[in-house]
Amino acid sequence: MSERPGRHRTARRRAVRWLEIATHVGALTPLAALAWMFWQNQLGPVPVETVIRLLGRYALTLLLLTLVPTVVRTVTGFGEVMRLRRPLGLYTFLYAALHFLAFAGLDFGFRVGLIVTTIVESRREIVGLVALAILGLLALTSIRSLMRELGKTWKVVHRLVYAVGGLVVLHYVWNYKELRTGPAVAGMALVLLVLARVPAVRDFLSQRPGSRSS
Amino acid sequence: MRKIDPSEITPEHLYLNRRQLIAGMGALAAASFLGGCAPEPAGSAPTATATSAPLGPTEMAEQLESELTPLEDVANYNNFYEFTLSKTGVAELAEDFKTSPWEVEVGGLVSTPRTLNLDDIMAFEQEERIYRMRCVEAWSMVIPWRGFPLSKLLDEVEPTSEAQFVRFETLYDPQQMPGQNRAVLNWPYVEGLRLDEAMHDLTILATGLYGKDLPPQNGAPIRLVVPWKYGFKSIKSIVKIELVAEMPTSSWMAASPNEYGFYANVNPNVRHPRWSQATERVIGEGGRRETELFNGYEEEVAHLYAGMDLEENF
Repeated sequence: MSERPGRHRTARRRAVRWLEIATHVGALTPLAALAWMFWQNQLGPVPVETVIRLLGRYALTLLLLTLVPTVVRTVTGFGEVMRLRRPLGLYTFLYAALHFLAFAGLDFGFRVGLIVTTIVESRREIVGLVALAILGLLALTSIRSLMRELGKTWKVVHRLVYAVGGLVVLHYVWNYKELRTGPAVAGMALVLLVLARVPAVRDFLSQRPGSRSS
Repeated sequence: MRKIDPSEITPEHLYLNRRQLIAGMGALAAASFLGGCAPEPAGSAPTATATSAPLGPTEMAEQLESELTPLEDVANYNNFYEFTLSKTGVAELAEDFKTSPWEVEVGGLVSTPRTLNLDDIMAFEQEERIYRMRCVEAWSMVIPWRGFPLSKLLDEVEPTSEAQFVRFETLYDPQQMPGQNRAVLNWPYVEGLRLDEAMHDLTILATGLYGKDLPPQNGAPIRLVVPWKYGFKSIKSIVKIELVAEMPTSSWMAASPNEYGFYANVNPNVRHPRWSQATERVIGEGGRRETELFNGYEEEVAHLYAGMDLEENF
C-alpha cells in the first residue's frame, strides 16, 4: 500500500468520526429541546398532542436521513458514510418507540382496552404500529453479532426499511383531514431517496464528473 | 433546601390547569354563571337526564359532569381553515378580523325574508348554554356559550311548507381570511341541517362565550352550535341562512364524501374511515374520555333519527 492512499484513508476516518459525533448530537438535541419545552410550558394548549407530533416528526426525519448515506456514497464515492446508517436507524427506532409510548401512556394513560379499540378501528394507527414493529425488528437485527450471523439475510431483512418509509408517510398523511404540506414533502423525499437506488438512476448519479474518488 | 411550590414558578392559571385543580375553578365559574348552582362533582357514571323537557343551563352543566375548558384553550386551539390549517395559529391571524358592521341574510323558502344586522341579532334574548363540543378529530371542549335558539329566528322568517333543510354560509373574504386563498375546501364554507334539527331547542346561534362577545377565532360575530354533531357542522362567521328543499352539500361532504356525511352525528360506534371515534382527548383537563352517542345528548335528540341506520347516514 502506498503512502498517499493511506493518509487519505486516515483523513476520511477522521471525517467520519466527526460525522458520527454530529449524528449523535443532532439526534439527541430534539429530545433535549422537547424536555426544555416541557419545562418551560411551551408545548401549547394541548401538550400531549405536541409531544406526540414532535416525536413522530423527529422519527420520520431520522428515517429519511437513514436513507441518505447510500445516496451520498453513490454520488461522491465516500463509502465511510455508510457507518452513519446504524446510529441513524437506531435513533429512528428510539423516537418511534417514544412516539408510541407517548400515545399509549400520555394520551391513553396505558388503558389497554381503549388503546386496543382505538388501534383496531384506525387505519392510521394500524400502519403506524406495523411500521414500529418492523423498526423494532430492524433495531434488533442491528446487534453486531446478529448481523454477522444473518449474513446475506441481513441485507434482505433490512430492505424492509423502504416498507417502513411507505407506511410512515401513509400514517402521516392519514393523520389530517386533508393532504398537508408536511406529509407531501416527506412522501416526495422518500420517493427521491428510493429512486436514487434504482440501478439506472444510481449509475447515472455515480458517473457524474468528479464523483469517482479513484 | 427550601422546597419550591410549583405555583411560584408557573403562572397561576397554568399551574391550576396542570394540577387539574381546574375542577374547582370550573365549578366556581359555572356557579357564577348559573346563580349559585354548582355542577355535580366529576364522576365516571353514565349521565342520565331527569326530565325530557328542554334543559336549562343548570341541568346542562350538571348533565355534562365536566369542568369548563379554560378560556385560554378555547381561544387558542381552533379549527378555522379560512385563516390557517394550524389550530394554534388562528387566534393571531384572526385578531383584526372585522366583525362590525355585519349582516346575515336570511331567505330562501320563507314567507318573510330579512337581513339582520348586529343589533337585530342581539335583539334576540341571549342565554347561556354550556355544551360539550366534540371535534371529528377526536377531541372535545366544554364551552359556556351565549346565544339564542335558531328556532326563534326561523319562526320569525316563517319557512314555507317546501322548506326541508337549512343551508348556512360563512363569509367569503380572502383579503381578511388568508386561508381562503388555498383550495383546501370549496369556499365559502357551507353547512346544512335538516329543518327539524335546526328547530331543535339545543341548536343555537352563538354570539358569545364565557360571558363576552365571540373572539374572532371562535366564529365571530355569529356562529352555529349543534352540540350533538361533530364540530365542523357548527359553522362560523355566518353571512347567509337559506331555507331550501333539497339536502345541501356541505364543504366537507364535497371534499371527501366517504369520510364526512350530512348528518355527522357524534357516534363512538361509527368510526371515521381512518381513525376511531371511540374516545376523545379532553382539551384543558388532559386525558381522554369515552365518546358518548350523540355527544351525550341522546335523550334529547335520538328521536330525530328513529329508524335511521346511523352507520349509513353518518
